[in-house]
Amino acid sequence: MPSVREIRGRIKSVKNTARVTNAMQMVAASKMRRAQEQVVASRPYAQKLRSVLAGLAAQGSGDADTTHALLESRPVKNVLLLQITPDRGLAGGLPSSINRASGLFLQKQETAASVITVGRKGRDFMVRAGRDLKGSFPGMGERPSLGDCLPISALVAQLYTDGIVDEVHVAYTRFINTVVQEATLAQLLPIKTGELEEPGAPADYEYEPDAATVLNTLLPRFLDTQVYQAVLESNASEQSSRMVAMKNATDAAEEMVDGLTLELNKARQAMITAELLDLVGGVAALEG
Amino acid sequence: MPMRLEIVTAERILFEGEVDVVVAPGGDGELGVLPHHAAVMTTLAPGELRYRVGGEDNHYVVHGGFMDVRGDQVVVLADAAEHVSEIDEARAEEAIARAQERIATRGEDVDLERALASQRRAQVRLRITRRHRRQRPTGAGSVPQ
Repeated sequence: MPSVREIRGRIKSVKNTARVTNAMQMVAASKMRRAQEQVVASRPYAQKLRSVLAGLAAQGSGDADTTHALLESRPVKNVLLLQITPDRGLAGGLPSSINRASGLFLQKQETAASVITVGRKGRDFMVRAGRDLKGSFPGMGERPSLGDCLPISALVAQLYTDGIVDEVHVAYTRFINTVVQEATLAQLLPIKTGELEEPGAPADYEYEPDAATVLNTLLPRFLDTQVYQAVLESNASEQSSRMVAMKNATDAAEEMVDGLTLELNKARQAMITAELLDLVGGVAALEG
Repeated sequence: MPMRLEIVTAERILFEGEVDVVVAPGGDGELGVLPHHAAVMTTLAPGELRYRVGGEDNHYVVHGGFMDVRGDQVVVLADAAEHVSEIDEARAEEAIARAQERIATRGEDVDLERALASQRRAQVRLRITRRHRRQRPTGAGSVPQ
């Protein structure tokens, strides 16, 4: 049985931990709210762009001058994975689950595979695994803007149009709600217009200046938004996951304090009883 | 009969509501859209986008993007956009000065493309803001800023 003093010391230290995790929970909660608002605000644009692109694709299929470098699919010899991860830990199982999903994906590839990472957790993982890193973007911060994401999509488009990679996938954490986030893999390039779920455009569409110009300006934007969207989703997931992890830590610490307090009381009681017995025994010996 | 207009950028929704007329800076020149317009998909040049609702004009600055007209639904997908009341003239002037300095010095690390683009954006902002000072968004569905 640990002594009363030892237990008191442990209660104090657990209480301190709880105070720290509680503060971190508060911070994460406010960041989470902003990140969630940001991801929700960005969805309409992405959705509209998809619907416009679906319309264009329906229109332009079979039309020779509407082929674009980002649509062109070729035999796959090199696969690129764009992996989006947090910069910092203490976010529950999120970093490891996205790393696991990416690792599995890379193992499954029969062709050469390379990686671009966003966030330090992914970079560290990929460096440890000895993967071919084509680029790394740490320190996106907790309010990534579209401008912050443009260098990423520019690099991806560059590698693809130069023929260095033939297929690009993105691994990110999809934000579903505060408690549920899901490691998700999706194909970025070549853009598969057939898989857009939005309804297509009416057949008698007019294009200004012309369909090819519209498509040429639209496709790079589409890639930009896909990347931006993935970064925002991952960011909202990260903040949510951290908030929940910190809440769990605080709750666990409080539970521990309760348990330790019980133990403390028992120990104190035992001590008092022992002292009493000693006293009674001593008095009895004197009288006898 | 009014049409429905939405102005969205990748980062936010600027406006959503019923309007009577939309005039946009199309890639092929200015383009006016009235109800029952034919379905059109156009690129947007940097410039002024305005819509009229209940006889009152509202002005936005857009920096490239697309406009999709489908039935009585007009969707503006702007690369960047702001209402004229959001624009700070002093800041735009500063941006021009900064960009011009960067273009003039042409240092090693200066991205000429970017400097030119930022100068162009600031110039568009200034030109349009000077034309309509202190105007506030109106209309049923205007999004509070």
